Amino acid sequence: MLTYAFMRLLYVVPVALGVSIVCFALVHLAPGDPLVSVLPPDASAQLQAEMRAIYGFDRPWPVQFGMWLWRALHGDLGSSIATGRPVVEEVTRAVGNTVMLALLAALIGFAVGLLCGFLAGYFRDTWVDRAVTTFAITGVSTPHYWLGMVLVIIFSVLLNWLPAVGIGPGGWAWDWEHIRHLILPAVTMSVIPMGIVTRTVRALVGDLLSQEFVLALRAKGLSEARVFRHVAKNAAPTAIAVIGLQFGYLLGGSILIETVFSWPGTGLLLNNAIFQRDLPLLQGTILVLAMFFVVLNLIVDILQAAIDPRIKRG
Amino acid sequence: MSAIAEDVVRIATVAKARGYWGTVLRRLTRDPVSVGCAVVLLVIALAAIFAPYLGLADPFQGSMIRRLRPIGTAGYPLGTDDLGRDMLTRLIYGGRLSLVLGLVPVAFAFTIGTTLGVLAGYVGGLVNQVIMRVMDVVYAFPSVLLAIGISGALTGGILNSLISLTIVFIPPIVRVSESVTTSVRNLDFVDAARASGAGPLTIMRVHVLGNVLGPIFVYATSLISVCMILAAGLSFLGLGTKPPEPEWGLMLNQLRTAIYANPWVAALPGAMIFIVSICFNLLSDGVRSAMDVRS
Repeated sequence: MLTYAFMRLLYVVPVALGVSIVCFALVHLAPGDPLVSVLPPDASAQLQAEMRAIYGFDRPWPVQFGMWLWRALHGDLGSSIATGRPVVEEVTRAVGNTVMLALLAALIGFAVGLLCGFLAGYFRDTWVDRAVTTFAITGVSTPHYWLGMVLVIIFSVLLNWLPAVGIGPGGWAWDWEHIRHLILPAVTMSVIPMGIVTRTVRALVGDLLSQEFVLALRAKGLSEARVFRHVAKNAAPTAIAVIGLQFGYLLGGSILIETVFSWPGTGLLLNNAIFQRDLPLLQGTILVLAMFFVVLNLIVDILQAAIDPRIKRG
Repeated sequence: MSAIAEDVVRIATVAKARGYWGTVLRRLTRDPVSVGCAVVLLVIALAAIFAPYLGLADPFQGSMIRRLRPIGTAGYPLGTDDLGRDMLTRLIYGGRLSLVLGLVPVAFAFTIGTTLGVLAGYVGGLVNQVIMRVMDVVYAFPSVLLAIGISGALTGGILNSLISLTIVFIPPIVRVSESVTTSVRNLDFVDAARASGAGPLTIMRVHVLGNVLGPIFVYATSLISVCMILAAGLSFLGLGTKPPEPEWGLMLNQLRTAIYANPWVAALPGAMIFIVSICFNLLSDGVRSAMDVRS
């Protein structure tokens, strides 16, 4: 187990390196001179050359990558072109809002998903199963940004119960005024993980119940509650893997929801970075979010191995 | 992931029966849900392809005095958008780009991903390591983030949407095809082919590909719905199609400001994305269970 955890930890290094290469390459894939957004179009050739030297754009790109990586490892992701503030500062300010939104969405999505999945798996081929399956496939097929709009139409425009956009006056605080703002985006966001968790757990439980050990447990005279414990234990590793992955998708894929609800998180930051051609901010935000995802995957893998003795990989 | 791979492997092993594809098709046409979804998709696709011959209004012709008419207005069955253009027309025309953006990346990713995956699975060793480790890196990004990141860095546009979506869908297909290929490679009939003197290329093309293509295809069809949502999402953010081109994601974005004036018309383009996406999902589920002859 410890060896596995250690090997898995080691494997993060090349993956993280690869991820940073991709992030670095994003800016260099971008068409046009990276200086365009900093300098006025009529800047003199000498000024352009000076700026190029300051930013290091005149060096060969492996050197540039090395320099960028070195600074990134020391917590310096450059400065936002639009605001002039350090990228790290911008991302840190936004990331809390995204994590909060993703956590609530995950809580709703996973709770409902696990419950529905178990019910559908247990009551296979009954009306419960059919209802849950329909609900789940609707969830995974819904364009969540559209669902967000529809919920805004219903609960903000027509009923006027909940606010349509934003996080509330003066930043986050734990009061009803602010929590009201969290409800619609979180519910919207929870729909896709809800559908995926439901489908996975349903298939898992259905599979497990048809296996012989369940028959043996029942033949032994165990109560349904005890049988359920065995099934839940066997379903846990896969369920955890799916849940971890989905949580990562919530964190990294919040851009559409945050755009719909003007939620001031990393997604909105990314959106601004794209449309203001703020390449350092774009690069930095993606790097931070991708690293979150890498670490999350690591935790999930180790957790999976810890609770499932059958996993002896590496 | 591994659950899907196992599923896929299981399907692969039954893929040897005679007249297998005929059986699958017959089973599929007996499933009312699959048939219904196929019909809906076919109608939407045909309407989009033959849109210019349907006697519809001009999708680009707006009118300042007929803006945001509600659904059911005479002459405008689905109302008009914020520039007074007929919604029905634009929804039908919108299917052209939206369907292309949803299908083409998966088709590309299927071709490239299968090639890489079969190569990695069959050749193994260093080739496998190189291909799979590169895929691990791409996989290390949440897919939405990567698609938007690439599209955003390349300054958007239809072509860049296609490129970014293709890149996003390659790794999952490579993983599935690698694991299916690895399991098929060690079966007796491959050994038999090798013993009778078939070269690696022939074995890969005839014996391996013939047995793995079905399951990979089923897996790829399950990605179409995700791709539809993601592609429209890129346009929704302003990264895919550019106005005034009709495309569901972009139309939805432009009508966002109209939710206070005429909410239901504003929600229509999203409903189209949803219908197409759920039909592809149900159809993919139908194909999967039709191919699982054991059940």
